[in-house]
Amino acid sequence: MATLWRKSHLFDPTKASPSTWIFTIARNRQIDLIRKARRPEPEELAWGPEEERDPSEALALQEETDRLGKALAELPEKQRDLIQRAYFGDLSHNEIAEETGLPLGTIKSRIRLALDRLRHSMK
Amino acid sequence: MSTIKHHLTDALLMGYSAGSLPEAFNLIVATHISVCDECRARMAEFDALGGEVMMCAETVDMDDRAFEKTLRSLMNESEDVAPAPTKRSVGVFPAPLRDYVGGDLDAVRWRKVGGGVRQMILKTDGEATARLLYIPSGVAVPDHGHNGIELTLVLQGAFSDELDSFGVGDIEVTNEDIEHTPIAMGDMDCICLAVTDAPLRFAGLIPRLAQPFLRI
Repeated sequence: MATLWRKSHLFDPTKASPSTWIFTIARNRQIDLIRKARRPEPEELAWGPEEERDPSEALALQEETDRLGKALAELPEKQRDLIQRAYFGDLSHNEIAEETGLPLGTIKSRIRLALDRLRHSMK
Repeated sequence: MSTIKHHLTDALLMGYSAGSLPEAFNLIVATHISVCDECRARMAEFDALGGEVMMCAETVDMDDRAFEKTLRSLMNESEDVAPAPTKRSVGVFPAPLRDYVGGDLDAVRWRKVGGGVRQMILKTDGEATARLLYIPSGVAVPDHGHNGIELTLVLQGAFSDELDSFGVGDIEVTNEDIEHTPIAMGDMDCICLAVTDAPLRFAGLIPRLAQPFLRI
C-alpha cells in the first residue's frame, strides 16, 4: 500500500490503466519480498524525447481495460478459475495439474480457450 | 526488428506477467521482449489481464490498523528512487542480459565445451539454468534432448535444426520430446542465450560422461 503511494508520481494513464499499474507493482513487491527472486525488466523502448501524450489515449486505454474485465467476468467458470490460479496461485501449469488433479493437457487447452475468447471479445 | 518470426508462447508471457517463472526464464523473456515489439505488446496485454483478474478477485477485510500502519510506513521510509529507464543498448546484448554478463560481448568469460563450442553459465537461482553459447559458423551443437523445456534465443548469427531456421531475435521453444541438432550457419559465428529447466542430456556417451563436469 505504501509502495503504491510512493510510486504514484510514476503513474501514467496513457501507458497503463490503474488496475494494470497496481497489478505490476503488487507483483514486483511480491517477487522481491516473498519469493526473493529476480525478474529483470525488458529494455525501455527508444521513444526519443518524451512527448506529451493525448489524454484521449488514456480514456481509450481505460475503455479497453474495462472491456477486458467484462470479458473475463463472462468466461465460463472453469476457464476463469484456471486463469486466476495461473496469476495468483503462484503456480506453474504442472503445479496446477497436481493441485486440481486435472490432466496437464486439459489445463493447457482450457487456458488457451480462455485466452482465445478474451482476444475475440477485444476485437 | 521486424524480421523476428519465432516468438514467445502465451504460457511463457503469462508466467512472466504473473511473476511465477524461475529467474533464468525471466531473463530470456525480458531479453527477447527487449528486441521484439510484438511480444512487448502481448506482455502489456497479459499485464492488463493480471490487473483485471486482481480486480475481480474477492475483496479481503483488512485489519483496522492497516491504514495507520500504512501511514506510519510512509512517514518512516525514505523516498524510493525510481529506477533509471534502461537505455537502448548499442552492443550485441540487450540491457537485461548485459546486467547478468556484467557488460557486452567483450565481458563474457567463455569456457570451451568441445568442438569449438564455448559457453558461459550465468548466475541465476537454481530452478533453471541460463547460459550463453558460442557456436562457430558451420559447427553443430552435440545432438541432445532435454528433460524439460529448452529456450534458445539468437543474439548474433543464425542457426538451423530439424525444425526450422532461427535468426537474430528469434526464440526456439522445445521440450523433452524433441531431439535436435542446431547447426550455426551464415557468415558470423552464432551466439545464443539458452535456458533449460533441467540439465541437458546428450545422446552420445562421451558428452554424457562429461555433462556433470561441464554443467551443460
